[in-house]
Amino acid sequence: MSTFLGMPDAGAPATVSGVGRPDDPLHWGATFPDAARTALADEQLRRNLGNATSTIRAKRARVVGEVPDWEALRDAGSALKTDVMTRLPELLEELERNVTARGGVVHWARDAAEANRIVAGIVRAKETDEVVKVKSMATQEIGLNEALAEEGVAAVETDLAELIVQLADDMPSHILVPAIHRNRTEIRDIFLERMADAPPDLTDVPRELAMAARAHLRRKFLSAKVAVSGANFAVADTGTLAVVESEGNGRMCLTLPETLVTVMGIEKLVPTFDDLEVFLQLLPRSSTGERMNPYTSLWTGVTPGDGPQEFHLVLLDNGRTKVLADEAGRSALHCIRCSACLNVCPVYERVGGHAYGSVYPGPIGAILTPQLTGEKSDLPYASTLCGACYQVCPVKIDIPSILVELRAREVELSGAAPDTADRVWQAAMKAASYAMADGGRFRRAARLPRALRAIARHGVIRRLPFPGSLWTRSRDLPEPPRQTFHDWWAARERRAGTRQEGER
Amino acid sequence: MSDARTEVLARVREALGRGTDAAPAPAVVPRGYRPAGEHAPGSEPVLELLVDRLVDYRAHVHRVAGAEVADVVARLVEEVRTVAAADADDSHRAAARPAPGSVVVPDGLDRAWLAGLSGDDVRADARDEPLTATELDGACAVVTAARVAVAETGTIVLDAEPDQGRRAISLVPDVHVCVVRTDQVVQTVPEAVRLLGEHPGRPQTWISGPSATSDIELDRVEGVHGPRTLHVLLVS
Ligand code: SF4
Repeated sequence: MSTFLGMPDAGAPATVSGVGRPDDPLHWGATFPDAARTALADEQLRRNLGNATSTIRAKRARVVGEVPDWEALRDAGSALKTDVMTRLPELLEELERNVTARGGVVHWARDAAEANRIVAGIVRAKETDEVVKVKSMATQEIGLNEALAEEGVAAVETDLAELIVQLADDMPSHILVPAIHRNRTEIRDIFLERMADAPPDLTDVPRELAMAARAHLRRKFLSAKVAVSGANFAVADTGTLAVVESEGNGRMCLTLPETLVTVMGIEKLVPTFDDLEVFLQLLPRSSTGERMNPYTSLWTGVTPGDGPQEFHLVLLDNGRTKVLADEAGRSALHCIRCSACLNVCPVYERVGGHAYGSVYPGPIGAILTPQLTGEKSDLPYASTLCGACYQVCPVKIDIPSILVELRAREVELSGAAPDTADRVWQAAMKAASYAMADGGRFRRAARLPRALRAIARHGVIRRLPFPGSLWTRSRDLPEPPRQTFHDWWAARERRAGTRQEGER
Repeated sequence: MSDARTEVLARVREALGRGTDAAPAPAVVPRGYRPAGEHAPGSEPVLELLVDRLVDYRAHVHRVAGAEVADVVARLVEEVRTVAAADADDSHRAAARPAPGSVVVPDGLDRAWLAGLSGDDVRADARDEPLTATELDGACAVVTAARVAVAETGTIVLDAEPDQGRRAISLVPDVHVCVVRTDQVVQTVPEAVRLLGEHPGRPQTWISGPSATSDIELDRVEGVHGPRTLHVLLVS
């Protein structure tokens, strides 16, 4: 098993250092096609990701299959999130009222820099130079650890995979399993080189590695004054927050320190406490493929005598209102970060998380990242539009339709000459043909968008239904040649000429 | 420049194309999912399902009559002590295993359950008289009651009332012995949420098996930071 997630050159020592910490966690590294090219050349990585994602897929399918009312739960989850977005101002105010009434302090942050300033200010007031952290996408997104480091505060990641990523100066490559790109031997090497108290005779047995991390972190848990977390859900009508986890590091952070700071995107709300009955069924089964994750913590403000006696909640915008303003793309905010869409995505499975150059990889990243940043992006092309992501999404986000919409806008925005539009379109279609040639299951995908079928039927599209209509309004598009993905990459390679492999 | 709160809320309203007018009414959410299971709380099929799920997560389940709780608790504590003492000789595991220590209990726990332990072995914890984290770290086990259990998911929920204690006490010791009454076992998640929703402000810990990680090659390792051993006493 030692080569399970191994590096391509099995004879060489594993590389401990990762890709480095970027300045912008939502936009780093090479462009998607270039990064994907590098990743695709890595046969080992593709095999490893294939094994890993197929394992999670099978687990998920099994536990979802045993729930007789799964589709009804998805419908409820989707409707609840739609309701949250519609009433977001009032629900945020309600949450704030309830958290405050229970002794919490609510802060608002327009952007990453403001959120980081707020957290740094709280930590400074506690006169500590170390905080313990629960894995959180929101704090990844704002680059909190780097911001705290500039203030002389070490933020210690306590989730095992996040710890591995942090020690290796790397970036996460999966929402749920951030170190999915590392194998056990690499992890042992990282611990031996970067974790001062690692036992010198540490082997690469996962149990031993986990116990080394336990011993390393326990002292920190027992002495930490401040913890920083994210939140999976916030209940507007009670002010209750929820963190879902496996290892118990979350409970340690949420329970032992005197002060807790939770950073949460403004979209994480659910209207009422009872609504948790929907999401606490949808999330674990979609995410880790378990009936329930080992630990879920719920807390409401401050409980005298139990847990942190000072609680701060930072409500983060950082581009979310931009996403909300976009009616076609708004539902990207419904995401509960389960990562099911990553695990079924033929593109993610082949290129891995780093190619997306964002803390949000995979299908959800391909729609959320460009919407959050508002920047020009090729991520909407990182998809074959096979529809598998929509089928597994526990809150029924129609990712393929949003991708089509975003592609249309890229073309419109760029004011590109028709031949550029052609190339962009062809690139997407070739990506599709690659995946479909490579795996019969995608050919059989039930929900192949109408756009693709239209192309197959006519040589030229003249008109697509909305949102494709935005695209076809002003130009005809030729049918893409039947070419495999590898041919496409090969052609790209030739055009790219002298570019270096792996440049970042 | 307005303050962040005002500005974020204004951006949200603008994004929705709304002024400061009254909120739309809550949407009617389709709730076609099962609000409850087909079996009554505490019924035999529900108990069997819970046991099956707990065992699947590698929790240890003991079905006992009320009068037997004290004996079983005493036996489990004895076992923990023996294992801990043996491990102390093995330097590799000793670092991760606590030395033999006292048994922590919340001060509202039914004292009859502890009748098999000597009084010196037991340390009570309360909100107004809490043990320190270091003291908890030195304990060999914790015994608590529970609020509710969910059979379908193999979940036990604690809500920090006096018979369950502060959240920290069921977290730091390495062995958790949790006593669940059969009438506390419901079949589905919604049944449990409705019950817990009667006191939503209480801190809750939902526990489904011992702590675990699959972060290394998706290989499941039980017991990371939380208790590595979970004993559930199902008491009829
Ligand atoms: S988009 Fe859906 S499937 Fe993907 S991570 Fe979010 S909730 Fe999960």
